[in-house]
Amino acid sequence: MKTSISRTILLAAALLLAAAPELRAQSTSKAVAKPAAGRIAPDFTRQTLDGKPIRLASYKGKVVLLNFWATWCGPCLTEIPRFNTWQTKYAPQGLQILGVSMDDDSAPVQKAARKLQFTYPVVMGDEKLGEQYGGVLGLPISYLIGPDGKIIDRLQGETNLDSLEKHITTLLASQKH
Amino acid sequence: MKFLRLSLVLIVVFVVAQLAVAQGNKQHVPASSIPAADLIQPADFAAALQSGTAKPLMLQVGSRVLFAQAHITGSEFAGPANQPAGIDALKARVAALPKDSAIVLYCGCCPWERCPNIAAAYNLLKAEGFTNVKALYIADNFGNDWVNKGFPTEKGH
Repeated sequence: MKTSISRTILLAAALLLAAAPELRAQSTSKAVAKPAAGRIAPDFTRQTLDGKPIRLASYKGKVVLLNFWATWCGPCLTEIPRFNTWQTKYAPQGLQILGVSMDDDSAPVQKAARKLQFTYPVVMGDEKLGEQYGGVLGLPISYLIGPDGKIIDRLQGETNLDSLEKHITTLLASQKH
Repeated sequence: MKFLRLSLVLIVVFVVAQLAVAQGNKQHVPASSIPAADLIQPADFAAALQSGTAKPLMLQVGSRVLFAQAHITGSEFAGPANQPAGIDALKARVAALPKDSAIVLYCGCCPWERCPNIAAAYNLLKAEGFTNVKALYIADNFGNDWVNKGFPTEKGH
């Protein structure tokens, strides 16, 4: 009897596991001036998904990659695993990545965060923050910010991640000198 | 005992099938599936809006945060069409309209091919029997292809 029930449970579990990869594969006015390279990145304070306050200006002294993304944005979701890796790999050299979700509410972001396993803080954005950055009217958008708090680059759309990584490592190396 | 085992297996198969259907409904519908004849270019649409002719019903089917920052003057927020709530809102908005109403849909959240909303919204309206539906072809995003071109834009909810 016990063996039979165990077999049934095992069979059920096997069926669920077999289906899981398939399921995962499917689960997928006027223009305001954009802050340009050389200008101080507009400062903001927001709470992270786990409720801790984060102020952008507190990252002065680090190279910051400020990434605007959303759960419904396919190209954004492609970038995030690389950003996770970079945060772990380059944090000791002075890199800080900060994610800003432009989703309409936090529920899907919390759910996505469990799957994406961010290695860096993520905050919720909104239209006010978008406007501070000249309008976040299409994703993804990332800002590369220098240790002095000034914008180095604005990257919109699907970014060449290899080039961006090279740029970041060059910046991090130049910080040492 | 056999009956119990068979029941458990059937339950699992049923749950998996339901999950697959739910996930399938969320699958990305590519914007390229919209017929070229039903696309309208931003410059042409902006010119039509400024010509003084009767304006179509313009529905933004992307995110509210995007709409609040900037949208086509006179357009309405309908909700992201890749989500059940957005589909419901879109259905409700057009429910009382004549099927030959002129409707222009737009999003611009992402590059055209990656937009999760525009084709879903277009397909819904076609399935509902609307015969005069166009989709605004936003190649890159709403900022670059509409706002930055100086076309009629307003902000707010």
